[in-house]
Amino acid sequence: MTGAKTETQASTETIEMTGAEMVIRALADQGVEHIFGYPGGAVLPIYDALFQQNMVQHVLVRHEQGAVHAAEGYARSTGKVGTVLVTSGPGATNAVTGLTDALCDSVPLVVITGQVPTHLIGNDAFQECDTVGITRPCTKYNYLVKSVADLPRVLHEAFHIAASGRPGPVVVDIPKDVQFAKGHYFKPNEFQHKGYRPKRKGDPDKIEQAVAMMAAAKRPVFYTGGGVINSGPAASKRLRELVKLTGFPITSTLMGLGAYPAADPQWLGMLGMHGTWEANWSMHDCDLMIAVGARFDDRITGRLDAFSPGSKKIHIDIDPSSINKNVKVDLPIVGDCAHVLQDMLQAWRAGGYAADKKGLTAWWAQIDKWRAKKSLAYRNSDEIIKPQYAIQRLYELTKDRDTYITTEVGQHQMWAAQFYQFQEPTRWMTSGGLGTMGYGLPAAVGVQLAHPNSLVIDIAGEASVLMTMQEMSTAVQFGLPIKVFILNNQYMGMVRQWQELLHGGRYSHSYTDALPDFVKLAEAYHAHGIRCQHPRELDDRIREMIEVQKPVIFDCVVDPAENCFPMIPSGRAHNEMLLGDAATRVEDAVTEEGKMLV
Amino acid sequence: MNTATPANTATTHYPAAAVDQGIETRTLCVLVDNEPGVLARVIGLFSGRGYNIDSLTVSETEHQKHLSRITIVTRGTPMVLEQIKNQLDRLVPVHRVVDLSAGGPAIARELAMVKVRGTGEMRMEALRLADAFRARVIDATTESFVFEITGASDKIESFINLMIPVGLVEVSRTGVVAIARGPEAMQDRAG
Repeated sequence: MTGAKTETQASTETIEMTGAEMVIRALADQGVEHIFGYPGGAVLPIYDALFQQNMVQHVLVRHEQGAVHAAEGYARSTGKVGTVLVTSGPGATNAVTGLTDALCDSVPLVVITGQVPTHLIGNDAFQECDTVGITRPCTKYNYLVKSVADLPRVLHEAFHIAASGRPGPVVVDIPKDVQFAKGHYFKPNEFQHKGYRPKRKGDPDKIEQAVAMMAAAKRPVFYTGGGVINSGPAASKRLRELVKLTGFPITSTLMGLGAYPAADPQWLGMLGMHGTWEANWSMHDCDLMIAVGARFDDRITGRLDAFSPGSKKIHIDIDPSSINKNVKVDLPIVGDCAHVLQDMLQAWRAGGYAADKKGLTAWWAQIDKWRAKKSLAYRNSDEIIKPQYAIQRLYELTKDRDTYITTEVGQHQMWAAQFYQFQEPTRWMTSGGLGTMGYGLPAAVGVQLAHPNSLVIDIAGEASVLMTMQEMSTAVQFGLPIKVFILNNQYMGMVRQWQELLHGGRYSHSYTDALPDFVKLAEAYHAHGIRCQHPRELDDRIREMIEVQKPVIFDCVVDPAENCFPMIPSGRAHNEMLLGDAATRVEDAVTEEGKMLV
Repeated sequence: MNTATPANTATTHYPAAAVDQGIETRTLCVLVDNEPGVLARVIGLFSGRGYNIDSLTVSETEHQKHLSRITIVTRGTPMVLEQIKNQLDRLVPVHRVVDLSAGGPAIARELAMVKVRGTGEMRMEALRLADAFRARVIDATTESFVFEITGASDKIESFINLMIPVGLVEVSRTGVVAIARGPEAMQDRAG
């Protein structure tokens, strides 16, 4: 009773301070320990307030895009809201790529931008841009705070909106005069937003229907996505329970890797454009698809009119607009994965349901036939490092450690997804929806800051990593021993692969001439550089990378011609995927496919 | 031209556009917080996602709660229309989205001001037509009238078309406002 009373008192109690001080207080009251940022004219009052406190640690990045990706890595590896502080104009516009990335992958962020003083807004003032206008389509929500009286409410609301429902980035744009102005700060308290109330519990009737459909299914498959990770550790736990209980096979999108352990026999591997043979064929031939926190993205479905033609589809998602967007489903359940999966477990047990044993046995026999294709097989070499082999060795040498993996975007990202075996959620940070080259290095900075004693590796391509390479300087300054593991094939590999398949092998601008010497580059940043050119040196070099107690750039020189298989070609269905296994020469597959496509 | 794989799918890694199902027209009522930028959010959603707006009206309807009501007439396949509703519904300042075309009978009206210039017989004809359409004269000079007309969009359309030969100068229209028939408020109705 007394506790409740003091809490009410605390929440109505206000303290007078400046807008800039409110920002710091609100961050601290929201449990923020680290903020990524870059100072500038329009945020100087907030930087001044930062200087005079020790509740929130500021991490100085080298580019605002890096700040947002670092906050994304921080958020995704901890489940907390990531925070960013940047100035007006170019500070805000540089953050746009990161904001869009966070929106696509549903990462909770609060990004504070400085703005020119209110009386100058609209005057084309120095470093002015229409931040709320520019960021409106790439945020979950955004605010321009024109009065200090609104600031505490807006800041607390921003955290609530970023983290609840389907998470996403929220921008708070604060003019400089509002940062200077004095007002009354209040702590966050239980409040209900006027209109925004995301639904968390699924409809019980539909859940009952779903488990009945599951019990009747003969060829079921779980198709899970990033929503399971976003929903928190409870969702992964319940997913594992439900998959065990039913005995169904399970596949996942790129974003969902780790929600279900890759070592488990019921795991089919990733699905989609570069997914496994067994995962994609199971999706195509199943009679019941249970989609959990996944959104039927075009990388997953392939040709829509031939997508899983014979199945009933259950779709669990917290965002109603994800349902029936690309694929019409039979049973939509709107709710948070963790809640819905919990209710499904309960309904399954309470209803005394059991899976169709006979049907499942035949289904698993079929799946084993698909597995026998060994769709991830590649022809190894003892002369040159195959990129797949490099990832396999990296996995073997790091799997017993407390490891987090980030990636850039391209072939290396797909190989990482195929060959690095994720056993736990939140260990895998990659740019899925937007496909942002340059994501991985700054994301690794964020992950390492949140987990100072863990091994954090950015599996990179040499082209991607150059987009945000300057963040090595951040890593060195803050003593963050990230490992940048570059699969260096001198090409924008995925671009080259598409040019090979679809554009007659005309490699228009996908070869990078004049790459830097990555070892010297590492040394220039006061980091540690390693080059490896031969398969027999690989294990030793990787061990060296792990043991060095500072940031490392690892230049792993790989086969420049290797392509990423299996692959569903453009405009094709799951059952039309291409294999690049050792038995089929890649060139033959390409020629044959070329005949059909071009 | 009878190939299994059309040229456009061979040169892009995106799936081909879905073949259009029937296009339907719907009237949506959207209850929003009347805050700066809310209209930009709604319009930006339509332009950003390639949806159509045939008509859009907005005004604050509940002053104490600062709630505005937006009426949007839009077109699309049933799947797209469902998306439009869901996408609108997830905007933070949106309280409620109701599809008036789906949830039972509804009334839609529009107001137009129509300026006509002419003398002599044309002037008399304009007045006679206005009378037939129950349009009111709200401004007059010796050589012009401004008529105010309220009604369903097609009625206004016919009135304007008739005014062309008698000297139509200018038209200003509000766009459609709509409300459901019956005793229930929008908040009580199923979407």
